[in-house]
Amino acid sequence: MHISTDIWIWIQALLTLAIFTFLYKDNPLFRMAEHLFVGLATGYGFVVVYKNAFYPNVWVPLFQEKQLIFIIPFVLGLMYLTSAFPKISYMIRWPMAVLLGIGSGLSIPLTIQTYIIEQSKSSILRPPYPNLIHWINALILFVGVISVLVYFYFSIPHDRPGVKQISKVGLFLLMLGFGASFGYTVMARFSLLVGRLDFLLNKWLGIRPF
Amino acid sequence: MSVRDFFIKLSKIDRKYIYLIILIGLIIPLVFPPNFPQKMSPQVKRVFEFIDTLPKGSYVILSADYDPSVAPEVHPMYKAVVKHCILRGIIPIGMTLGVQGAGLAVEAFTEAERVLGARRDTDYVFLGYQAGGAVVILGLGEDIKGVYKTDYFGTKTTEIYALKPVKNYKDIALVISFSGSSIPVTWAVYAYTKYGVKVAAAVTGVSAGDFYPYIQAGQFIGMLAGMKAAAEYEYAVNQILKERNIREKPSTDAIRMMDANSIGQLLIILFIIIGNIGYFLSRRRK
Amino acid sequence: MRHLFEKQIPLALVFIIGIIMTIQYFVPHPTSQNVYDTSLMWSRAISSMAYVMAIISFLRFHTKRLKNKNYAPYSLVAILSFTAMVLIGFIGGTAKDSLFQKIYENMMVPLQATTFSLLAFYMSSAAYRAFRIRGVEATVLMITAFIVIFGTTTIGNYVPKMNEIVEWIMAVPNLASKRGIIIGVGLGVVATSIKIILGIERNWVGG
Repeated sequence: MHISTDIWIWIQALLTLAIFTFLYKDNPLFRMAEHLFVGLATGYGFVVVYKNAFYPNVWVPLFQEKQLIFIIPFVLGLMYLTSAFPKISYMIRWPMAVLLGIGSGLSIPLTIQTYIIEQSKSSILRPPYPNLIHWINALILFVGVISVLVYFYFSIPHDRPGVKQISKVGLFLLMLGFGASFGYTVMARFSLLVGRLDFLLNKWLGIRPF
Repeated sequence: MSVRDFFIKLSKIDRKYIYLIILIGLIIPLVFPPNFPQKMSPQVKRVFEFIDTLPKGSYVILSADYDPSVAPEVHPMYKAVVKHCILRGIIPIGMTLGVQGAGLAVEAFTEAERVLGARRDTDYVFLGYQAGGAVVILGLGEDIKGVYKTDYFGTKTTEIYALKPVKNYKDIALVISFSGSSIPVTWAVYAYTKYGVKVAAAVTGVSAGDFYPYIQAGQFIGMLAGMKAAAEYEYAVNQILKERNIREKPSTDAIRMMDANSIGQLLIILFIIIGNIGYFLSRRRK
Repeated sequence: MRHLFEKQIPLALVFIIGIIMTIQYFVPHPTSQNVYDTSLMWSRAISSMAYVMAIISFLRFHTKRLKNKNYAPYSLVAILSFTAMVLIGFIGGTAKDSLFQKIYENMMVPLQATTFSLLAFYMSSAAYRAFRIRGVEATVLMITAFIVIFGTTTIGNYVPKMNEIVEWIMAVPNLASKRGIIIGVGLGVVATSIKIILGIERNWVGG
């Protein structure tokens, strides 16, 4: 066992243990660590956004390169500051409107293409298939997508004959899908814990794997 | 106490004992790792072989769209792919759409410098963070140096040697989005659909199931999902390091952690079974 | 007058810009391309200033809590750590061996990673105490989960055909269910985008 003498490793370890104390119960140590994180993260974000986004995209073009067209996005961006003053905080809706307009406008054709057309195209049966397994898979996919869509279509009552059976198939497939997702989620959640334990054992306490 | 009473009581024990069992169950394989060799799964193989067969001098965008909350799963993948690209003479262009990804990506490239002697702006480029999400993805399709006027360290992108032949997605062989959320889909929507650049996803286990429709539709060329994929990729890259006789100790973070992870997963199965045995026995009693 | 600035102008902006951006996608003329490039540039510029709202909200919340003696020490820690991080970042720089980067790697990363790692404990506790097989659907869910959990372990790699079974579950029935959801989500996104552009969806302007 070779306990680390690096101050930064000790800081990491103590902060990790402070968060783990929450497993016993909520306590001041955990809250301090939590608030420390909130402050550091907000400060970190501010520096990175300023240096990587604001400075090259706004400051340099407008104030150094004197491209006056950038006055418009600059003034719109300044409107975000009005969120500090309740009487005029409605002004933040202007830059939000511009971003919403650009975002919504750009997303409509691309979303239709990606989410609807490409996905529907790939669900359609396209014989001939090389063997029986491919046929079965293609049929399950085709029937499955339609039945799941019927399950989520709430504009018609699901107790009608035909609709009831199809939506039951959809529900069955949804349970299969959620079971598969849960399986992967278990791996994902444990990964985070194993990562921290690995750090504590390996890097902090220096317990080398045997 | 009968067997029935034992199971009923067992299914109601205090959660602190459950936490203790989990802790012990995970610590043991971390201290005594079984070191199972990793077998590459089909999805990981697709991404690995795609990169492995790219011509030397190709460019790959590696977007670190993740944060520390998913780092144990995704960060080893990022590090392994960076090393893989550099070992094959492919130039990785690092970037991030999320503020917190920048620090993690810097760490990955620093490790590549240490292990492989990679040189910034010659063997790799790190552009850093840009605000705007989808707008950034679209902008890269027009002019990468227009979106990123400087890299993360302040160097003008027009002066970076490795970026001279690169203008937009037409010069990029592959984009891999490393993420803990649905950002890879945003890359598929805006980069693949509009510009046709190939996209792959490297994601946590939580979102893995959601991306299979995009793989089957050809919108992703493949996917690295969760710590298992990270361990498999890491193992494969370590084999290349071994072939090249690179002396520096290879990274085995994901491989080691996956063995412990496996024990944790098996414990969950056991917990669900015991819990349900107790539940059924208590129902029968009623 | 206030109504004009508060609702009507933002709604008009969304409508005009939304229509222009939708139409420009289908118009290959150089003017359309210029509109596209300019909108992307402006979008990046405006988005880079949006973070200011997060900082204002953070500072307002924590300075208010300084008056409450139960929460004052914690809010003081939050404000001081924010100030320190900003000063260190601007004065010391953000290079790879800077103090800024060291604080990120050795304080922020472990804090965030550990907070999320607590989920493993909660999930185990929930699996043990709450996951009960109460019907056919729950049984299907559990059996699939067991197969995928086992198949994604390192040990599962060595069971013959396990990788192929898990891959089939993910690539066929799981894919069918997720694709149905994706198509539904896509229709929803398009409908909501159109509603926002046309001003039918007005939650963002206060209804």
